[in-house]
Amino acid sequence: MPETGHNTQNARQLLVMMERIRAFEEHAILAAERDKLVLGAIHPSIGQEACAAGVMTHLKRADILLSTHRGHGHTLAKGADPLAMMRELLGRTGGCCGGKGGSMHIADFGVGMLGANGVVGANITIAAGAAHGIKILGQDHIVVDIFGDGAANRGPFLEGINWASVFDLPILFICEDNQYSATTRTSSVTGGPGVAARAEALGLRATVVDGNDAEAVAQVSGEIVARLRGGGGPEFLHAVTYRHTGHTSFDPGAYRPEGEADKEIAANDPIARQRAVLLAMGLGQDVLDAIHSEAQAEMEQVLADAAATPFPPDEAAFADVQDIGSPMQEAY
Amino acid sequence: MVKMTYVEASRLAVQEAMTADETVWCVGEDLGRGSVFGQYLGLQAEFGKDRVVDTPISEAAIMGAAFGAAMVGTRPIVEMRFSDFALCATDELVNQIAKARFMFGGQSRAPMVIRKPIGLWRSSAAQHSQSLESWYVHIPGLVVLCPSTPQDNYSMMKAAIACDDPVVYLEHKNIWGLEGEVDTSLEVEIGAASRRREGDDVTIVSWSNTANLSVEAAETLAGQGISAEVIDLRALWPWDKQMVLDSVRKTGRLVVAHEAVAVGGFGAEVVATVAEHGEALKGPVRRLGAPRSLVAYAPNLEDKMRVTVDMIVTAAKETLGK
Repeated sequence: MPETGHNTQNARQLLVMMERIRAFEEHAILAAERDKLVLGAIHPSIGQEACAAGVMTHLKRADILLSTHRGHGHTLAKGADPLAMMRELLGRTGGCCGGKGGSMHIADFGVGMLGANGVVGANITIAAGAAHGIKILGQDHIVVDIFGDGAANRGPFLEGINWASVFDLPILFICEDNQYSATTRTSSVTGGPGVAARAEALGLRATVVDGNDAEAVAQVSGEIVARLRGGGGPEFLHAVTYRHTGHTSFDPGAYRPEGEADKEIAANDPIARQRAVLLAMGLGQDVLDAIHSEAQAEMEQVLADAAATPFPPDEAAFADVQDIGSPMQEAY
Repeated sequence: MVKMTYVEASRLAVQEAMTADETVWCVGEDLGRGSVFGQYLGLQAEFGKDRVVDTPISEAAIMGAAFGAAMVGTRPIVEMRFSDFALCATDELVNQIAKARFMFGGQSRAPMVIRKPIGLWRSSAAQHSQSLESWYVHIPGLVVLCPSTPQDNYSMMKAAIACDDPVVYLEHKNIWGLEGEVDTSLEVEIGAASRRREGDDVTIVSWSNTANLSVEAAETLAGQGISAEVIDLRALWPWDKQMVLDSVRKTGRLVVAHEAVAVGGFGAEVVATVAEHGEALKGPVRRLGAPRSLVAYAPNLEDKMRVTVDMIVTAAKETLGK
């Protein structure tokens, strides 16, 4: 695993992962809108891929990750199987949650991904607790919790970050700031000098990074992860990015000021920026095009395979509720 | 058999479980000083601050963090001080803990004991007196226990800690000092009710401290020539339908008594279940619970919310047409 992204091999890996995330989500949107196979809401992270790709390069399989309802990219970058993820979005058997969670509850405990969460900010206390549990068990993994800018206005932001600070836990909190709380501009509903200042006020070292710059995210998060592995206390990373789509795939995002999205996408698309980095390093356009085509082809096949998978058996509706007093045994 | 109080019984169960399993730990406010009612006295001295963890007043974080720690392989015992305060951690319990196993397709478990002392405790007023057990029964994923005796508070706490499901453990805070004989070798199966007294004329179904009042009522009724059977459910999810149905089939008469507000209370579930099973009743069912009002501070007003021994006696006699 690279410590930083500053060589060709690592820079290329970052692009490959971002291309795969984008291709996965583009195919998820096709599955929803063209094929009518994704029935519920999906929250794309298109435009925000740098954070997932940059941070996950530094995590081992046993490290723990928690994410948000906008968590496809984080989950894929942590090492989850895209076919199991796509099956989950389609509610099919073989989905990473057996088709019972869908997009908003995507999780793969096998790669240390303990769940996206449909409740904004809810994972902040849970992630702090996972780090607490790791400490109690005397293990040496670290925890990364990624949430959005909207989460900074919920109570768990205060309670969970304070908890990590008080108990000096091995956790990195990342605010992946796409500047919108659902459909409201976050700055219009947020008091004070910002999320990093809030984290600092609770005793955490806080770093701000350009969240559209995969190289910078990889560099900074590598340094933070090294400090956590060395026994350093909890840290905070504020990665500022931009959501290219609306809140969900159904949302055209018409509430954004005219021209804002076009301007941001033209100037700050993390994939375009990483391609420029690689071109400057001497890679040919043909190599970049091949990376793009391979990611697209992979996810096209993933969608086809997922669509060919059956729905879960009806009895799964009552499985995995609880051992004692399970609906499999209790009539009511 | 050892004589001990209700609070000593659960403390002993926790102490023994922590000794036997290093992944069991306690988390909540003021635990180092024993917590509000002395439930944890001496445990921090014995097991250290990393296993008997004093926290900020931060219910959502206590509940959420305990859940996160449970998902990575520990078995937390969560203290909420008063069940009323646990409402600050409702998302964590209802949306997260109860749902994770199902939502993630069986990938996770949340082996947790969530202690929420319930009930009337003289002049504690509206925010320190509630009994909301029926809420938790309504949430799939949760086990709900309401021990009423020292023996049950020992054996059921042991069972709760051993359970791989999240257990909402509702001790009644007016009976911490209640003494009783405890057999530490006695195991209680979660979901099995306790027949506190046998009888032939009327079945009284209850739980928590009202079960103790029901036993007193049965003694009074015996003095009047009425033989009452008292079933202490102990567990509300899962609950022992069979014991209740068998008893009602025998007596043909049913009283349900609990401290919680009667409307929408678990007593309604018991009565509905008996009705659905078509048990032939020889008299009207009586359901006792608090009026749908709030607990006041003034003692005379607070008492308006109580189900008393006299009320249970009267209700039992009414089912007999007396």
